[in-house]
Amino acid sequence: MWDRNDQNRSGPDFSRRDFLKGSAAAATATAVATQGPEEAAAANLKTNVFAAAATSVTLNVNGKNHTVKVEPRVTLLHVLRNTLNLTGCKEVDERSADGADTVMIDGKAVLAGSRLAIECEGKEIRTVESLRQGEKVDAVVAGFVKHDAMQCGFCTPGFVVATRVFLDHNPKASLGDIQKGLGGNICRCGTYQGITACALEISTGGK
Amino acid sequence: MAERKVAWKARKDNSLIGSDITRIDGVEKASGHAKYAADINTPGTLFARLLTFKGGAATVKTLDTADAEKTPGVRAVHVFNGVGKEVRWDGTIVAAVAADTPEQAEDGVRAIKVTYEAKPHWVDEEDLGGATTAKRTKPLGDNQKGEVAAALKAAKHVHKGYYGIATITHMCMEPHGSHCEWDGEDKLNVHLSTQNVSGTGGQFAGPLGLDASNVSITCNYIGGGFGSKFAADQWGVACAQLSKKAGKPVRLMLDRATEMKIGGTRPSGFIDVTIAADAEGNITVWDSHHWGTSGIAGSTISLGQLPYCFDGIPNRNRKATGISTNTGPNRAWRAPPHPQLCAVTATVIDDLAAKMGANSYDIFMKNLDKTPKPDVYAEEMKIGAKLIDWKAKWHAHGKGGGKGAVKRGLGMALHRWGGRAGATTCTVKVHPDGAVETFLGSQDLGTGTRTVIAITLAETFGLGVADVKVNIGNNSYPKANPSGGSITVGGVSGPLRRAGLEALWKIYDLVAAKHKVPADSLTAKGGKILSAGKAVCSWKQACGLLGPMPLEVQGQGPKNDGLTSSGVAGIQMADVSVDIETGIVRINKLVAVQDCGLIIDELTARSQVYGGLIMGIAYALSEERVMDNRTGRFINADLENYKLPRIGDIGELVVHMYQPDSEYERGVVGLGEPPVISTGAAISNAVANATGVRVPVQPLTPQRVLEALKGGQA
Repeated sequence: MWDRNDQNRSGPDFSRRDFLKGSAAAATATAVATQGPEEAAAANLKTNVFAAAATSVTLNVNGKNHTVKVEPRVTLLHVLRNTLNLTGCKEVDERSADGADTVMIDGKAVLAGSRLAIECEGKEIRTVESLRQGEKVDAVVAGFVKHDAMQCGFCTPGFVVATRVFLDHNPKASLGDIQKGLGGNICRCGTYQGITACALEISTGGK
Repeated sequence: MAERKVAWKARKDNSLIGSDITRIDGVEKASGHAKYAADINTPGTLFARLLTFKGGAATVKTLDTADAEKTPGVRAVHVFNGVGKEVRWDGTIVAAVAADTPEQAEDGVRAIKVTYEAKPHWVDEEDLGGATTAKRTKPLGDNQKGEVAAALKAAKHVHKGYYGIATITHMCMEPHGSHCEWDGEDKLNVHLSTQNVSGTGGQFAGPLGLDASNVSITCNYIGGGFGSKFAADQWGVACAQLSKKAGKPVRLMLDRATEMKIGGTRPSGFIDVTIAADAEGNITVWDSHHWGTSGIAGSTISLGQLPYCFDGIPNRNRKATGISTNTGPNRAWRAPPHPQLCAVTATVIDDLAAKMGANSYDIFMKNLDKTPKPDVYAEEMKIGAKLIDWKAKWHAHGKGGGKGAVKRGLGMALHRWGGRAGATTCTVKVHPDGAVETFLGSQDLGTGTRTVIAITLAETFGLGVADVKVNIGNNSYPKANPSGGSITVGGVSGPLRRAGLEALWKIYDLVAAKHKVPADSLTAKGGKILSAGKAVCSWKQACGLLGPMPLEVQGQGPKNDGLTSSGVAGIQMADVSVDIETGIVRINKLVAVQDCGLIIDELTARSQVYGGLIMGIAYALSEERVMDNRTGRFINADLENYKLPRIGDIGELVVHMYQPDSEYERGVVGLGEPPVISTGAAISNAVANATGVRVPVQPLTPQRVLEALKGGQA
């Protein structure tokens, strides 16, 4: 994304005043009696106005509340990795095309690099680190180890979270389901064989 | 007492070696607790972002970083290429900014004012005529063997064709980069994403004016290297300089686009070739001219190894031309340059077989006498043919029938690699309480080095894998080989076995004296020392005889004592479906049959082969660097448009480790490179078999498949 020369709305030239201009337009929109979906979305913006400066946000991560000061433009991924030191979620491609930044939000798989931290207040965020408590590890983590579903390991935590959530929602997934359902993540070393075997073993009850 | 000899155990006596053993760092990695260079967050760490040149070639005309320096949060700016400097390919770093947050560093980068004076560029790697006109070519040699003209006249079957394979990048999941932190004025601690823990300290020290002894390199985990991460690199040194300027630790990782543009490429190769055979199908002639690019240096795949694997073809002309392009430079890419050589050899042989009306399998088999390992290839081909059901499923190219648009076909190819052991030293320490640990400045790229180290010592001492503490990833440990060329498992296991045996023999002598048993009757198994099969004492008790101080032994390698050797063969077969309306190729099944001497951990060994097949699918079908000749830019430098296979794109993978006793007796041979080599050619041959048309250039994208089908010629 930094490769682009495009004007970036989060850049230094994008001031608080510009932002408020936008919200003024939104306020006008609320006056319109009949709203289309776009206007409705703009109206919602009014309640979600944040200043460009850093603001305090409380994030519930792995069962604990963390109050952090972040600029509205900061992604959840950066807060998790750089502020909370939960580095299991990785930054691989700024477009989140790879899934290495997958975390759980309210039980769903979410790309933390595509979500602003300020959007995540009040939600239940879980990272891959929560799948190991001391000696106790989640079945997906254990399955990844058993089937050697990793090489360099950099994509692995994202894949583990994606697999955990996928199996939570599809406990009886077939091979075909797995091949579609885990298609959001990329591995460069080529560990798909082990990941498939792990997911299939869990979804078929070890058979 | 019988002479003590360094050797592996007899195969049947192994408890661990050769079985499936899960990696000892598996839970750390899978649960996100493993720390890579990209994850280091020491207090106060700053984040760096890069300003890069976007175009083909230029001179930096003006550069003003004043506003960047004043940007809130920015602590340091480093200029890589200042006014007057030439920037010669897309992605060249111009400047870097370190700030309190990555977002502020991006603000800083945006605040830099830079102008360029454009210069002419050339980025087309395939257009030899255009490159010649643009004066971008140079001869890279030619040589002859035998009598090509006479042999061509005498030949019964002659095939001429054009083939090629595009440039790809390494595309490591963890980009190149480091975290640098100064300890006082003259001591530097670097967490570096590197394949070369023992060799990179000096590369920081030199440019920074430090003693190499004052640079600490740490790399506990590395998120992919594939041959691209042997150096400190200018951005590593710049990270240290930014850190010094700011007085704070700095983490500088390349962003994805820059990683792909300058983090390493695999050179391309395009070839015009004539091949010929006698009436019996013996290949008698190879006559080729190939070209391609490695970047500005203007090299291509090496001349010396064509025709790949079939060096025994008696009459041969070969010639190479390099094209200098304004593109990011090449670096060693897994098995350099064998995948490209294979892609422009095995495909040619396959088309010759088709021209003869022969079964491709038979022609490969017939010509194995021209390869380095005919017997191993022959055995592996027989195994592979059974696994893919070659006999039943083979049909002549394009004659598979079927009414629909989807055509199915089979293909095969073969490869070779060296895989000798690298030069490594290790320390093995046995403590009086029985604890075992080892130290070596090696690294685990994901091949399972750490686990192999633990297995080697555990097997030697009769312990469990968890009983061995493995210390790698720091340059204060004894020097280990850089991990490239499949030399690491041999590189570490030889010295560890030697040191382990020496330590064990000392312990045996103490046990023999104490318990009045002959030392040569002793073995170590299951945490016990046995004499002629009967327990004498526990491992712990035996180590207690060492006295108060630990026993420390150094191991070295490689040595010619049979623990390691080199040279592997390997064959792969592909079963694909091609939709002739959309041009989409799907993998039904891939079979790999691979020898590699003695296998220490079969689980991680198989993973290497699976990984090779999947990387092979990538470069065979979808992965390539796309350069725009007008702007000189690498236009698909992101993971949306640089297409890698996903979990549903790989079909059924069958890996057969070729392991007769004759392989075990060869000792350890490297495995990382070979399984990625022949996948592309095997898939290309299967597509030709399915459609009756050769898609000449890999990757076989839908566009290339449709273009070839339009041409209609095999």
